[in-house]
Amino acid sequence: MNPRTVALIVGMMAVTYIPRLLPGLWVGRYRLPPAFERWLQNIPYAALGALIFPGIVRGEPAWLGVLGGITAVLLSLWDAPLVAVMVVTIAVVFTASLWG
Amino acid sequence: MAPFPQPPSTALAYHELRAGIRAGLPVAVGYLPIAIAFGAFASEAHLTPAEAVLMSALVFAGASQFMAITMMLQGTGGLQIVLATLFINLRHLVMSMAVHHAIPRSSRGWRALLSFGITDETFALLTLHEAREPVHHSHVFALGLVGIAYAGWVVGTALGSWGAQVIPAAMSAAMTMGLYAMFIRLLVPHVRRSWRAAFVAGTSMALNALLGRWLNPGWAIIAATVVGASAGLLVGGDA
Repeated sequence: MNPRTVALIVGMMAVTYIPRLLPGLWVGRYRLPPAFERWLQNIPYAALGALIFPGIVRGEPAWLGVLGGITAVLLSLWDAPLVAVMVVTIAVVFTASLWG
Repeated sequence: MAPFPQPPSTALAYHELRAGIRAGLPVAVGYLPIAIAFGAFASEAHLTPAEAVLMSALVFAGASQFMAITMMLQGTGGLQIVLATLFINLRHLVMSMAVHHAIPRSSRGWRALLSFGITDETFALLTLHEAREPVHHSHVFALGLVGIAYAGWVVGTALGSWGAQVIPAAMSAAMTMGLYAMFIRLLVPHVRRSWRAAFVAGTSMALNALLGRWLNPGWAIIAATVVGASAGLLVGGDA
């Protein structure tokens, strides 16, 4: 292994791990104000929204992302199990990509 | 919260670990094609298989790893790559707060271990798992979930960097859509049930699309998440 590459990887690890770690060291040491607790409860909704859109339509071609998104939303509204939603969405997008 | 949580019995811990592995399996399978693509991409930048696997094993953050290889191919200096990695992965700071909030009864050592495994996908499963049973708040469950996802990422990298094209290119593009489907499946029930969740997610989507015009994707997601979650404080309703 190239020492410069290893040093780069270790540097990347440090700057990635430290932000992941810090909240874990804080948590439980202080009683959180109720507003902050409610803010934390909102984080998953906000983060998932941002992770889904517009990333889902950034692929090529974009309409495949739209198709996959609609498929996943419809199956989710129907309360299909998580793995089923994933598998069917993949199958639909794969089939469509063969035609497109 | 008990200051000194009782160590769980071995049988219970085993049950929780298995439940965690089962919950994390979809993420591991979703990671495989992306990790294989990463391994192949890394060998294009003349990383040896050992170096590619080391990067996946120590960094465990897909987007930043792809970006690092792209920058290496462009001849960018190491310091700039590390700085860009910091910015892209800073979003995990916010996610980590929510994850540790959801797993309250773990020791510092456990939190340090679990923190290493926080990614967009493990965060999503750990904070929004649909059936909220006591087991989903257990650190052993979280370890199983994170561990299997990690295994998928590292094994996939190894396969890709040794040139194994296990998954056809057309299939792996579609499989990437599987992780988006997972995010959607986790979010939809909350959006249906709660105006606040719908408002927060919608605001955050719009903000991310808007901010993405000026900011790099890492910063846009952080800003959209923080502002979106804060906007949710303005509306009432249950979570």
